[in-house]
Amino acid sequence: MSWLRRANSEPLWKEEFSVHAADERYVTRRQLTKFLVLTSFGMFVGNIWILVRSLFYKTPWYPQQPVARLGEIPVGGVKLFTYPTKEDQCIMVRTGENEYVSYSQKCTHLSCAVYYSQASNRLECPCHQGFFSIEDGAVLQGPPSRPLPRIVLETRGEQVVAVDVKAG
Amino acid sequence: MFGYEFYVDPSRCIGCRSCLQACEECETHRGNSMINFDFIERRERISSAAYVCWHCDEPTCAQVCPADAIKKGEDGIVHSSLKPRCIACNNCVLACPFGIPKMMEPEQQMMKCDMCYDRTSVGKRPMCATVCPSQALAYVRPEQIAARREKPTNTFYFGNQKITTKVYMMAPAEREAVALDVVDYMREEKHELATTRE
Repeated sequence: MSWLRRANSEPLWKEEFSVHAADERYVTRRQLTKFLVLTSFGMFVGNIWILVRSLFYKTPWYPQQPVARLGEIPVGGVKLFTYPTKEDQCIMVRTGENEYVSYSQKCTHLSCAVYYSQASNRLECPCHQGFFSIEDGAVLQGPPSRPLPRIVLETRGEQVVAVDVKAG
Repeated sequence: MFGYEFYVDPSRCIGCRSCLQACEECETHRGNSMINFDFIERRERISSAAYVCWHCDEPTCAQVCPADAIKKGEDGIVHSSLKPRCIACNNCVLACPFGIPKMMEPEQQMMKCDMCYDRTSVGKRPMCATVCPSQALAYVRPEQIAARREKPTNTFYFGNQKITTKVYMMAPAEREAVALDVVDYMREEKHELATTRE
């Protein structure tokens, strides 16, 4: 912390081991007790805050958004879209004739964009080799600790519609 | 505190050693006197000087202590080394320009005059000052000492080192400070020869 100190001040050891008894900065028993009491009070207030927040928690509402037409992408093909907002990149994969899966494209490790590897049939993050299962977005390998958030899709007529986000 | 100050006047010292005896009576260091007692030019004369710790504003003994054992209190008293910390390294003994700290070999601890902290902190006078018959060691109010011919000073020069202290030295009235240089007091060869020839 030398940059915090004035250039012409005494060396640090002279302050920390001062000759003058009044300058000594010991933590007294009373100071420690005060610190402990105030900290536990702060944690108590924080817990109350969490409790109140969970009492008033509202399930978030997601819009219904058409993503693609049926047959727009081939089997094994990929379409990128944004859902639920313009900032949330998502990836949709057609895994079978009538099977579509979709996940958030943000890797749960450090938010790199994951892509679909057709050869190994999984979602791969190139940054740190984090692999996710295409079935449920679970982590197969690498540093990510949580599965990818899943976008719930529904087929309505000729449209594939995104209706919900299920956190992993 | 309490309006009293300590004044040392070596010119008044009659060498009776009452202060040494009184200091030894103290319960905290019984049998060991914390008074510094010197003869001045002992070959030629019988004059002596008894003096206590000067309690410097920036105590050299504490500044050189590697164990952080010497502390200056808020009332200006430089205390003996803290027993749990003192490593008996003698740094303070060597560094103090007044030669005050005393190494207690049996205890392996430096002890020094703390101006009878147990007494002065509750308004009593230090032992040495109470017994000094000529008041060479005086613990009085400043207006009482003003009646003397000498003038109190608490500024000392040791070569280039300037020291200001809590305890006052009675100096000639025309002197602002007491200045000493070690070189001035080194024994010269011609003096040595002169005395051996006799």
